[in-house]
Amino acid sequence: MFDMATSDRNNVTVTGRLDGPVALLAHGFGCDQHMWRLVVPALAERFRVVMFDYVGSGKSDPSAWDQERYSSLDGYADDVLTICAELDLTEVMFVGHSVSAMVGVLAAAGQPQRFASLVMVAPSPRYIDDEATGYVGGFTAADIDELLESLESNYLGWSGAMAPVIMGNPDRPELGEELNNSFCATDPDMAAVFARTTFLSDSRADLASVTVPTLVLECSQDAIAPRPVGAYVHAAIPGSRLVTLDATGHCPQLSAPEATARAILEFAGTAR
Amino acid sequence: MDEAQQAQFFALLEDSAEDLYEHAPCGYLSTLLDGQIAKVNTTLLEWLGYERAHLVGRKRFADLLTVGGKLYHETHFAPLLAMQGQISGIALELQAADGSRLPVLVTSVVKTGGDGQPLMIRTTLFDARDRRAYEKELLRARKHAEQAGAEAEAAGAEAEAARAEAEAAHQVAEVERARLQEVVAILQKSLLPPALPKVSGLDAAAHYHPASVDEIGGDFYDLFALGQGRWGFFLGDVCGKGPEAAALTSMIRYTLRAAFLVDSAPIRALTTLNTAMYEHYTGEDLRFCTAIAGTLVPTGDGATVTLASGGHPPALLLGADGTAAYLQSRGTLIGVLTKPRFTPVTTLLRPGDTMLLYTDGLTEARTKAGPRYSEEALVSFGAALAPVGARATISAVKDLLESFGEGLDDDTALLALGIPAHGAGVTEGAASS
Repeated sequence: MFDMATSDRNNVTVTGRLDGPVALLAHGFGCDQHMWRLVVPALAERFRVVMFDYVGSGKSDPSAWDQERYSSLDGYADDVLTICAELDLTEVMFVGHSVSAMVGVLAAAGQPQRFASLVMVAPSPRYIDDEATGYVGGFTAADIDELLESLESNYLGWSGAMAPVIMGNPDRPELGEELNNSFCATDPDMAAVFARTTFLSDSRADLASVTVPTLVLECSQDAIAPRPVGAYVHAAIPGSRLVTLDATGHCPQLSAPEATARAILEFAGTAR
Repeated sequence: MDEAQQAQFFALLEDSAEDLYEHAPCGYLSTLLDGQIAKVNTTLLEWLGYERAHLVGRKRFADLLTVGGKLYHETHFAPLLAMQGQISGIALELQAADGSRLPVLVTSVVKTGGDGQPLMIRTTLFDARDRRAYEKELLRARKHAEQAGAEAEAAGAEAEAARAEAEAAHQVAEVERARLQEVVAILQKSLLPPALPKVSGLDAAAHYHPASVDEIGGDFYDLFALGQGRWGFFLGDVCGKGPEAAALTSMIRYTLRAAFLVDSAPIRALTTLNTAMYEHYTGEDLRFCTAIAGTLVPTGDGATVTLASGGHPPALLLGADGTAAYLQSRGTLIGVLTKPRFTPVTTLLRPGDTMLLYTDGLTEARTKAGPRYSEEALVSFGAALAPVGARATISAVKDLLESFGEGLDDDTALLALGIPAHGAGVTEGAASS
């Protein structure tokens, strides 16, 4: 257990081989660190696995919310660096899903000495099409508004009355876990900010800053990060490796956990 | 249940599971784990306007959703279904073949095989048009309330900012006012002699009461040597207040002093002043003043006093014998007529006699009882006081002024000149303000 502020703020959990190299797993927009649970057993045999929830997601501390800070991916990257500093993590393999792949790029650019490698799971540096450059992200700004409507219509397990109970009992996680849909339960206002930050950001220019060994892990059928986007990321990061999983959807760690874990472990074996 | 009844029930009851599935009042959808549609009921096909062949084996569940719905499906719905094995009551929108939208509530369950391995997904979809319309109304009402709250908060913040600004402005004004009062006090002092001179064989005292610390008053007095043991003095009241009155007061004081040096007769001095004012202030800017001026010439053990007055209240003589009387010296307001008229009066001050000069701030002060103080009241006050020295006179009248409180609304100047009673010796002049 950690009693330090960031550990509480971001609900940091550590598992696996404590003397092993560090795998820092960062969830994307939508749910929380539970997204990784099907790949954690395989990774834990070799790695010290560190997971966390972004502020505004999962069981993070809602009082740490700062709309301005979390309206930019830099705010999320800052939190990643704070966690690294607090746990004194070095030689980190950063595994970021979806938008977190870009958060990892920003964090590695901020403190390159901490990071050994980068695994980008279903990444996209920009979701909105860019007519000027012919870039196809797959979406229009109006589509993102529709997503915000869906967020507003579905509170999932979140309720204003229950949130303090879940958030205020970090030592009794079963309180939260028993609630249906709680993995994806977030304050709708915070979720809307995270959604806008995720889907309206353009991080294409940051890809060139990546200098560590990088694995781009894409799905063969991904409605959110279609294959041309994976190819774009692969091409923009010199020396990166592209692996296409035979998987449908945006979350291969759930739909194809064995293949996902295997690809990460293989990459880790060669990247070091 | 008899046979006829049973037959009737069978006719009505759903005896075909096939029909129950196809025409259920909700949409049914069976998909593979990757979302591919394996089976769909007629109800859903009718809602969407698709042929079965369009969907089965060709589309995924997510393909039936709006683009925003697809994003939500990928980021929330599918992960939760994978983690929990079921998910219920999720609001999504279907996109029909003709592009129209149908709000639905979606529930999905993962069907597992005997070994617990997931096999496929079963989904039911309920028409949620009415419910969604209702929710949109609720949402709109909430947003409306939130906006109203935000507007009220903004208005509150604005009011607070305005209050703070007013407070700051008030503080600046306070500082300005303090500065102004300082300037007024300094200017006021400059219009009066800093201290009365020592006069051999004469007891002199003065007092000045400003009505306001913010404005320069228009009352003045002076006492000065004319040579050969003679002394000149005057006391007066300029009409008006403020900077113009102050400038005029300054001019009057130096004009009178100069005039006395040329010709020590009080009538001459007042005439000279009248000429100067009449010529200086013309037309709209009509200015005038009242003044009483006099000379004091040592005579035996007393002094001869000659007084002239221009529209000024008469001097009060407080006799050594305990009586009080006015010294009537009549004359016209100064600065109004080309040819003013002044009637001088001469009297002899004997030891123990004191003469009080004052401005009408004293006699026109409003008493606590209501009516204004008066010359009649003052002469009674003087009679009760006499015999009295100059300083004791000023001290007593100061107390009288204080007793008026708020009723004293004009500037008031006091000058007392007296011959010390035998044995009292020569006393120093004193001014206070």
